[in-house]
Amino acid sequence: MSTVTHTPGGQAGPGQAPPPGRTPGRRAAVGGRAGAKFFNGFSHLFLAVWAIMVVYPLLWVVMSALKTDAEVIRKPLSLFPERLQWDNFVRAWTEGHIGSFFLNTVLVLTGSVFLTMLLGSMAAYVLARYDFPGNRLIYYMFLSGLTLPIYLAAVPLFKGVYNMGVTLPFLGPNKHLMLILVYVAWSLAFTVFFMHSFFRTLPTAIAEAGMVDGASHSRLFFSVMLPMAKPGLISIGIFNVLGQWNQWYLPTLLMQSVAGEPKNQVISQGLIELSVNQGYQSDWSGLFAGVTMAMLPVLIVYIVFQRQVQSGLTAGVGK
Amino acid sequence: MRHGVARFVTGFLALPVGLYLFYVVWPFLQAAGYSLTDWGGYSDRQQFVGLENYLRLFTDELIRKAFWHNVFFLVTVPLCTIALALFLAFLLNVGGREDKAGIRGVFGSGLYKVIFFFPQVLSLVVIAVMWQQIYRADGQGLVNGVLMKIGLVAEDDPITFMYDPEPFLGVPAVLWWLLLIAVWSGAGFYMVLFSAAMQSIPKDIYEAAILDGAGRFHTFFRITLPLLRDTVSVAWVYLGFIALDMFALVYIMTPSQGGPNHASEIFASVIHFNAFQKGQFGYACAIAVALAIFTILLAAFQLKITRRERIEY
Repeated sequence: MSTVTHTPGGQAGPGQAPPPGRTPGRRAAVGGRAGAKFFNGFSHLFLAVWAIMVVYPLLWVVMSALKTDAEVIRKPLSLFPERLQWDNFVRAWTEGHIGSFFLNTVLVLTGSVFLTMLLGSMAAYVLARYDFPGNRLIYYMFLSGLTLPIYLAAVPLFKGVYNMGVTLPFLGPNKHLMLILVYVAWSLAFTVFFMHSFFRTLPTAIAEAGMVDGASHSRLFFSVMLPMAKPGLISIGIFNVLGQWNQWYLPTLLMQSVAGEPKNQVISQGLIELSVNQGYQSDWSGLFAGVTMAMLPVLIVYIVFQRQVQSGLTAGVGK
Repeated sequence: MRHGVARFVTGFLALPVGLYLFYVVWPFLQAAGYSLTDWGGYSDRQQFVGLENYLRLFTDELIRKAFWHNVFFLVTVPLCTIALALFLAFLLNVGGREDKAGIRGVFGSGLYKVIFFFPQVLSLVVIAVMWQQIYRADGQGLVNGVLMKIGLVAEDDPITFMYDPEPFLGVPAVLWWLLLIAVWSGAGFYMVLFSAAMQSIPKDIYEAAILDGAGRFHTFFRITLPLLRDTVSVAWVYLGFIALDMFALVYIMTPSQGGPNHASEIFASVIHFNAFQKGQFGYACAIAVALAIFTILLAAFQLKITRRERIEY
């Protein structure tokens, strides 16, 4: 049998002969078993190599964050700092402003994720469950937002926000509330699309029973439909948290300082600036500390909730 | 009752639709309008120039470069990521020992899945800044440092990565290095996706195949892969979007955001360059509209060719 083709250097030699069949009495052919063993070893080797390629750079960043600058330059490769330099983190947190980046990001995300979920599922529910003129139009309007490149909207968006800030200062550039609303608007497309298909699959019988019992439309939504949509909400919630945490283009565009006040930067935006500035100051360990602080919280949350995160994100693609 | 429904529907839709119209739809419409003018972006002076901006697209050397670079990513990013992800998923699910219950996944496959997924939860900015340090063009960089240590790269002649516009196989080297990052960060996610799809294939299909004497390679290529077709084509469409949007990497990592000497320009960076550095906003909008049309056509095309009768199981 031609089992050879795939793996390089694979089961040439004695291993390949008969297919490892389920022969009665468990007398699998010897050659097949050797081949299987070899293949098992090869799998482990390759998987381990890729695992190292993923983990090693991350570990290197974390360990470099614990070195002195001199050590970063002298022994860039070593994974074991001579003495752990925790003050790199202190420096990045205060002088590198990672602390305030964090605060800004958390403030913005708390509002934006909550509002995205609430408004997104409200819109999706109405669009999925109620028939009214303009329903399709609104749905396709949301859908079209999925394909359009964000760069197209950049300057008009900035202008719109700027003009808004003239009349309503708290919605102007560099304001948390403005960024929250912008994040919500830009996350709605996918959230509505995802939750729409989710609400469609929910059974109608329960909703009808609720109606008979005299629940109002909004009561029905909040106390019956929303709890039933919980798995979908978890998926899209994880998706939005990660997506908005990763946003860098919108904040770079909109959180610009106006009239000399300090920028309310979020973490991604701040990190870009840090990487430029620390390059000028050659504060490499500080930069590594900044990157470490930006990635560790997400990684830890991921490791704790890995099953939910993995299935949540892959469900987002599967639709 | 009817009245109540109308009020409820409006009440629920007003806020989301309002936000969406103001922050998403309106800017897009404005941009489409500006693409017909010669607006610079800062002044109030703008003149209607019709389709002139669009005609200029076809003669712009930079656009042509960016177009081919985008095509390069469009082909290579999905191809390499899916191939690697499938291979990893294959090893994970079929690489284990055989026993009475059939072929098993490798020992520790759960751990591998957790690890491979890491890059997916890191933000693109973190990945870009991290790889900037890995790709440093001196001994302080991770890759150069390792290669120097084992003597594959001379101390005075390091790999220059992001500063290397020399073509390799007809494509500037810097693009290959960016491709590597994209594959590194994407493979784990798609492996988990494929792995989940593989596990949802019912066991009895495999049992039947094994009874018929098929080995693990046969089963994989003749059964698993064809049944994964749907998932793979969805992955392809998604990776296509990612490939069109390599801007974060280009913006953060390459010299002068598209350099060196425009060797890594892509559509997004050309838009950025024209709008914010050359101050030709009308023209930048025209490029962006062209990109939007290109994206929509591409998505429609991909959906059309990948659509096929679904196999139910």
